[in-house]
Amino acid sequence: MRIVVTVKYVPDINTERGFEDCRVVRSPAEGTLNELDENALEAALQLVEAAGQGEVVALTVAAPDGDVALRKAFQMGVTRGVRVSDDALAGSDYFGTAAALAAAVRKLEEESPVDLVITGMAALDGLGSVVPVLLAAELGRPALHLAKKLAVSGGTVTVVREADDVTEELSAPLPAVVSVTDTANRPRFPNFKLIMAARTREIEAWTAADLGLDPATVGAAGARTQTVSAAPRPPRPETQLVTDKGDGGVALAEFLLRNDLV
Amino acid sequence: MTNRTILVLLDPATEVRTGVLELLTIARGLGRVEAVSLESPTVEALAQLGAYGVGTVRQAELPPALHGDERHLPAVVAAALAAAVRRADADVVLLPTSFANKEAAALAAHHLGAGLIIDAAAVSEDDDRRVVGSKRVFAGSWDTACAVTTDVAVITVRANAVVPAAAEAAVEPVVEGFAVQVPELPVTLVSRTVKPRTSGRPSLEEAAVVVAGGRGTGGDFGPVEDLADALGAAVGASRDAVFEGWWDAYIGQTGVTIAPRVYIGAGISGAPHHRGGMQAAQVIVAVNSDPEAPIFEICDFAVVGDLADVLPQAAAEIRKHKG
Repeated sequence: MRIVVTVKYVPDINTERGFEDCRVVRSPAEGTLNELDENALEAALQLVEAAGQGEVVALTVAAPDGDVALRKAFQMGVTRGVRVSDDALAGSDYFGTAAALAAAVRKLEEESPVDLVITGMAALDGLGSVVPVLLAAELGRPALHLAKKLAVSGGTVTVVREADDVTEELSAPLPAVVSVTDTANRPRFPNFKLIMAARTREIEAWTAADLGLDPATVGAAGARTQTVSAAPRPPRPETQLVTDKGDGGVALAEFLLRNDLV
Repeated sequence: MTNRTILVLLDPATEVRTGVLELLTIARGLGRVEAVSLESPTVEALAQLGAYGVGTVRQAELPPALHGDERHLPAVVAAALAAAVRRADADVVLLPTSFANKEAAALAAHHLGAGLIIDAAAVSEDDDRRVVGSKRVFAGSWDTACAVTTDVAVITVRANAVVPAAAEAAVEPVVEGFAVQVPELPVTLVSRTVKPRTSGRPSLEEAAVVVAGGRGTGGDFGPVEDLADALGAAVGASRDAVFEGWWDAYIGQTGVTIAPRVYIGAGISGAPHHRGGMQAAQVIVAVNSDPEAPIFEICDFAVVGDLADVLPQAAAEIRKHKG
């Protein structure tokens, strides 16, 4: 079982996030592995452990700062990390990102087949939740998106997904692309040995040219959308705080009525 | 006024949901509006579409080999949307945001080489006549605007983006069939079950008012439901409450993302995960016994108190007002 897990370097949701020149500010102090990717890593590690052999490769498209995300993947037990970095990829939209990830998966395939690509359900910065599906489309493989349960048996992957009040069971032949939700598993905590080993593990850096990507089709040059403005919201007016002394409910109702919200 | 053609996904076609009415309202501001359906629209649905200015409903004729629930697969919806765009020579496709529709939108844009915007809160056009989608991001703390640079734009729009408004003059919609080729499906649909909507309550995704309960309910959602019903609101929960098995749908950045006119959180501390799913609400109200609850920092109005006392009293007061 050989599995590629795509991971993303994102600003920590517990910090002040923002934009500069219409691009998300990514700083090493506040950047981290997208938390939802931990579920993807956990799912991949469990499958390889159950198979008794194989490899999990963590793959990211990021500037060199993004190594933070790969180090975290190493800490969980991943043994190989690949970062695709290129100025030509800056400003990629969903399609450019999917194209770069797909090209890297194809390059990994030149070594030996990749049975599964597993992703998180979304990245916590953009929350688009479409790259998994676009990656599958780029690779020409079945997409099983938002898996809450995942099982692989005899060359077939089966998932249960719950979304929008619908529960579905889907199956597809391998190789396939699967995204897992944050309820699919509980990601493991890194142990001391893996944390130490993660520090010195080598990260392979690939460029757009290594992947045969045409610079005109990725990055800002190939993007089909362009962020034209980004502005912080004005701060909310101060909270009106009432301490309940027996009439807190009445105060709440009056607030709603006064503001024409009923 | 422009000569753009805007397609709005109508799925299901047996009723026109509030989210679709909002999209039709937005679409009329951009150009000529058509609807795309995957089944036969009902007479009632057609009348409502006509009132909202829809002159043409394009009904997909799917391959007979496709059975039953397979028509709900995003790959099939995407094939229908792409075919409809080509048939109508359309410029913009609008879909209400949902996980399934995001997937369908992405695949349709992939087929069409179109630009894709997910979760727009408004759609407009800029000075260069490009279609622009505006979004509220980073848990409601930043506003961004994205211009589509390709000929075709595919955009999912979140609920409550606008107040639905009928067209000045109603039209009589014409239903036109169009053939859709669906490539062999790479995924097998083993089973599909739809959770029935709770009768009498709006859906969480679409509701203008939402009352949500968290850990502070201790598992008793009675007061939360009581206030919701007094207000005609939907009921939601925090992820913790759902993990405890107290409620089935959670509000959060990975659960249901809402942007109602009013959000009322009871016994919810306001962890980043939850805030990411509700901070775009226009008015935020919280009830919590902990005066240090982080949710108070983002509230317009808050009561420090026991939700079991405050919520029923508020519900009674509102019922009294409504008579």
